[in-house]
Amino acid sequence: MFLYLIRRILYAVPIALAVGFFCFMLVQIAPGDPINAIVPPDAPGDVVEQVRRDYGLDKPLPVQFGLWLFKVVQGDLGRSLATGRPVWSDLSTAIGNTLMLATCAALLGFIIGCLLGGVAGTFRGSILDRVATTIAVAGVSVPHYWLGMVLVVIFSVQLNWLPAMGAGPGGSSDWAWNWEHMQHLVLPAVTLAVIPMGIVTRTVRGIVAEIMNQEFVTALRGKGLRRLDVFLHVVKNAAPNALAVMGLQLGYLMGGSILVETVFSWPGTGLLLNSAIFQRDLPVLQGTILVLAMFFVALNLLVDLMQTALDPRIKRA
Amino acid sequence: MSSTTPTAAEAELAVQARQAAVRSQGYWAGVWKRVRRDPVTIACAIVLLAMLLVIVFAPLVAPHDPYQGSMIRRLRGLGTTNYPLGTDELGRDMLTRLIHGGRLSWFMGIVPVALAFVIGTTLGVLAGYAGGRVNMAIMRTTDVFYAFPSVLLAVAISGALGAGIFNAILALTMVFVPQIIRVAESVTTSVRNLDFVDAARSSGAGAFTIVRVHVLGNVLGPIFVYATGLISVCMILSSGLSFLGLGTKPPEPEWGLMLNTLRTAIYVQPWVAVLPGACIFVTSICFNMLSDGLRQAMDVKG
Repeated sequence: MFLYLIRRILYAVPIALAVGFFCFMLVQIAPGDPINAIVPPDAPGDVVEQVRRDYGLDKPLPVQFGLWLFKVVQGDLGRSLATGRPVWSDLSTAIGNTLMLATCAALLGFIIGCLLGGVAGTFRGSILDRVATTIAVAGVSVPHYWLGMVLVVIFSVQLNWLPAMGAGPGGSSDWAWNWEHMQHLVLPAVTLAVIPMGIVTRTVRGIVAEIMNQEFVTALRGKGLRRLDVFLHVVKNAAPNALAVMGLQLGYLMGGSILVETVFSWPGTGLLLNSAIFQRDLPVLQGTILVLAMFFVALNLLVDLMQTALDPRIKRA
Repeated sequence: MSSTTPTAAEAELAVQARQAAVRSQGYWAGVWKRVRRDPVTIACAIVLLAMLLVIVFAPLVAPHDPYQGSMIRRLRGLGTTNYPLGTDELGRDMLTRLIHGGRLSWFMGIVPVALAFVIGTTLGVLAGYAGGRVNMAIMRTTDVFYAFPSVLLAVAISGALGAGIFNAILALTMVFVPQIIRVAESVTTSVRNLDFVDAARSSGAGAFTIVRVHVLGNVLGPIFVYATGLISVCMILSSGLSFLGLGTKPPEPEWGLMLNTLRTAIYVQPWVAVLPGACIFVTSICFNMLSDGLRQAMDVKG
């Protein structure tokens, strides 16, 4: 187990490096000379050359990557072209907001997904199964940014129950645990929860249905166990795989919230990315994507380790 | 007595004969028979076919010009005379733009998946059949792309490359290639170790012939079913890119872009503003259900 732990962590290192390289290349594949992003177009030639040398842009690509990586591991993601502030300062508050939104959406989606999936898997082929599967298909097929707009139309425009924009009253982006702030979270979280809800329902249904078909369930029933006790055995068997899927979904939510954040002007990483795209602020784009991808790599690692720890059937040396 | 009731052996033979008769109908006939008994799949196929016909013949079907706007009839509601689905923020007929918009939305939903199907199958079958170092190289590269949630990867690539249809297609293809490689590789690896591949090799068939005759026929079905499931994801993602201003550019009609430009109109004509999204939803759910139906009919696992 300990050896596996070490090996799995070591395996994540090249992945993380490759992800870093990909993010580094994002600026390189962008049309135009990266120097144009730093100096104004009317700067004199010798100034441009000076800046090019200062930023190390005259060096070969591998060296540039090394220099960039050296800075990044020290937490220096460069400066925003639009605001001049360090990328990390804007990113750190944005990540907090996205994490808040993604966690709420994940909890909501997982609870509903597990309930629907569990019921569908247990009573396979029944009308309940049909209903749950249809909800799940609708959940994975709905363009969630559109669903967000529909919810705004219903609950903000027509009923005027919930705010449509931002993370707090008066456009404040600082979070506080009171109703004024929390009501801003309701619509974005519900919208974002729809995707994991659909996927978790499908997955849990598959897992539960497979377990219900196994002989030990029949044996337990034959032994005269009550329904609830049989159910507990099924849960115990389904948990590791279901938890793994849910862990990854949290990662997808962190990266996938860009569209929902745009709809609701939620001040998270998605909105930051969106404005970076509009202003062609490549350092912000690069930094945000790097941090989100690294989070996903770490989460992948965590899920793998957790699954190994939880499930004695997986024996990894 | 024995002359009227068949013996056990005779009954066994009859069963075998019946099975043989069923099998001799061929695999695809069986698939078609199962699809035909599935009303949901048929209904989805009909809806998609109808949509396809309408968008192919868009200029003939659409009542107005998709680009011709008018300042005096902006944002009319549903049921306006001559404009049954209202008008958009520039006074253009919504019905016409939805019909024309389907062309780009479908194009952007299918083309990246088709490209990824070709590239991903080639690389995946290569990795699965060749094994060893080739497999290592291809699959480890795939792992890197799996380190990104798909929305993030699409936004990253097209965000760096800039807006435009071509860039969006490139970004989406890059999103789906690794996923198809994984499926193709795992199916190929399982087929490659079956006896008939060994038999073909021992009778002197070359690698290319084995792949063409024995491997592809067995792996294309599952990969195809997986790919049809991706079309709905691709349509949502590509419209999402347009919604962010990364895919199609105005004034081109496209459902995601229309949703974006109509966003501010939700306070004036909410039900007109959400129409393009409803089109995406219907198309995407039909593709999803069709893919599920095909998977069941073709008995593909996973």
